[in-house]
Amino acid sequence: MNFEEHAAKRLIAGAIATPPGRLCATPVEAADAVAAIGPAAIKAQVPAGKRGKAGGIKLVATPEEAETAARAILGMTIGGHWVERVLVEGKVEIARECYAAVLNDPGSKGPLVLFSTEGGMDVEEIAATRPQALRRHAVDIRAGFDRAAALNLLDGLNVGAAVADTLAALYKLYRDLDAELIEINPLAIAKSGQVVALDCKLAIDDGALDRHPGLAAQGTPDKLTAMEARGQELGLKFIELDGDVGVLANGAGLTMTTMDTVAHFGGRPANFLEIGGEAYRRAEPALRLVLDNPRVKSLIVNFCGAFARTDVMAEGVVSAWLALKPKIPVFFSVHGTGEDEAVALIRAKLGIEPYDLMEDAVKAAVDAARAAGP
Amino acid sequence: MIVRRHHRVLVQGITGQQGTFWTEKMQGCGTHVVGGVNPKKAGTVHCNVPVFASAGEAAKTHPFDIAVGFVPPAGAKAAALDAIAAGAKLLVMLTEHVPVHDVMVVMAAAKSAGARVVGPNTAGLVTPGEGFVGIMPGFNDRVFKPGRIGVISRSGSLGTLICLKLVNGGFGQSAFLGIGGDPIIGTTTLDALQALDADPGTDGVAIVGEIGGAMEEAAAEYAATMKKPAVAFIAGRASPPGKKMGHAGAIVTGDKGSYESKRKALEKAGVAVADTPAGVAALMRQGLAS
Repeated sequence: MNFEEHAAKRLIAGAIATPPGRLCATPVEAADAVAAIGPAAIKAQVPAGKRGKAGGIKLVATPEEAETAARAILGMTIGGHWVERVLVEGKVEIARECYAAVLNDPGSKGPLVLFSTEGGMDVEEIAATRPQALRRHAVDIRAGFDRAAALNLLDGLNVGAAVADTLAALYKLYRDLDAELIEINPLAIAKSGQVVALDCKLAIDDGALDRHPGLAAQGTPDKLTAMEARGQELGLKFIELDGDVGVLANGAGLTMTTMDTVAHFGGRPANFLEIGGEAYRRAEPALRLVLDNPRVKSLIVNFCGAFARTDVMAEGVVSAWLALKPKIPVFFSVHGTGEDEAVALIRAKLGIEPYDLMEDAVKAAVDAARAAGP
Repeated sequence: MIVRRHHRVLVQGITGQQGTFWTEKMQGCGTHVVGGVNPKKAGTVHCNVPVFASAGEAAKTHPFDIAVGFVPPAGAKAAALDAIAAGAKLLVMLTEHVPVHDVMVVMAAAKSAGARVVGPNTAGLVTPGEGFVGIMPGFNDRVFKPGRIGVISRSGSLGTLICLKLVNGGFGQSAFLGIGGDPIIGTTTLDALQALDADPGTDGVAIVGEIGGAMEEAAAEYAATMKKPAVAFIAGRASPPGKKMGHAGAIVTGDKGSYESKRKALEKAGVAVADTPAGVAALMRQGLAS
């Protein structure tokens, strides 16, 4: 789960200083904030990068400028997100701009601390153009990352011990919050010597939210369509797409592959919906969800049971199909755990012969959707 | 990481519904299950094997090589650390949604102990004719047959389909290595590819990948150096960017982890990439012939 800058900064406040700031929803509030704080940055609050390049960050000196800037930024769309609020943050007299991050690293299979004296630009850009300016420390998670380790990482960069304290505090926060990523860019060393977070990107592991009560409420929920929200309530992974071939499969890999195969035969999938893992007993509500999409003109049901039992899934599909009596054609391919029982059930109750090859079943579904016309 | 008949297996969480169902299936395929774990049922017998309070207790009288866990996400770390401390050489972590910081602790402990971790969020390992460990239909002879093709898969369901396609195409498998759909996993595509390259029973390798991460790209570099043919299928070509497609590891951000990047890297390394699952067997036949 991602956190907008203002929410992230509240969470990291114990580890690193942040400029005085105020979250504002109207231009007038922004003007009032600047009247109180003084010269400031007006920053769009969206869970997306490159806000500056999109025109979502403006520096202002007076309340009038703040009102104009906030009026321009509020209502913008950045990275697909509508800007509803701005963060008004007091100007910092900067001596040096750095970069700091702690993240889960698939390469070392542990936490990775990154630091650079080249702040302000993307870390990918630093890594590509000035690799020698990017320091990395793969952390043994059982040993942790303390001040001594931080001083070692910063050796020769002449950034001062306060930065080492900040890095150690950020690492502790990363562990305490079960973060996937904490990135401070820029990490400013103010003329006063204080270390200040000018921006903060924070992502928390969805799998760990259960052990942090109240944390999810501060994050940015995924933007869901009405149908996606229903899927989430049902505990199903459902993503609405703009095609007309409904997809019901088990397992993430097989579901993606079914969508790919729809596209391969020139069709367009209407959804991603997988009922793998523990969800395999929920085929019936899953099918109802797919069929509630008025764009769906045909349906491909592609099961390949490993953990998920195809007989249990087929039972759910068959009973929902008999109850709903949809007017669209359905095409099956069923293999793996429980296959014989599943195929027999589909034949007996629906009078439909499942295809042996999933490619043939998908092609038939694509052809049927095309034949149904726009 | 290739399961053999002589490997001794401990099942953590053996008495639960899934633990019971899959232990019976594993035993039916010849897997040598030596015991199970459930602290509340220690001293009893389940699936014809003794149940212990912990992996450590089991090791005292029933030493084991592989530990497999049917445990919920919150208990996965403790179960894995217990198995590592008890001397397991291989851990098969089936659980999905294990907190990633917990996973990293397990990885660090396994590294110190010299143990290998497969998963988390894997469907397990199958060696047709010898046994299987996990939640794969190792008992279904339309999907798994003894043979000479190694299969590496991030996904259980898609891996099952590709194995079925290989059998339909007249092949059998030397080993199925399910590596898991999480972003941080103990055994990568590259690790699995190296193991199959070194396996004298394997003539060719099918890599079943998906969008997200950079594992297929890393494996491609190694594949370029192999004498055995490797072919691939990558899922997620039609998936929209920026969305997690079921697996936590299957997400494309920016241009990283994209289908195009993976396909390009694999083809550059001489790994033929199939457009549909059915293409895998045909490409394998061509690869073995040339």
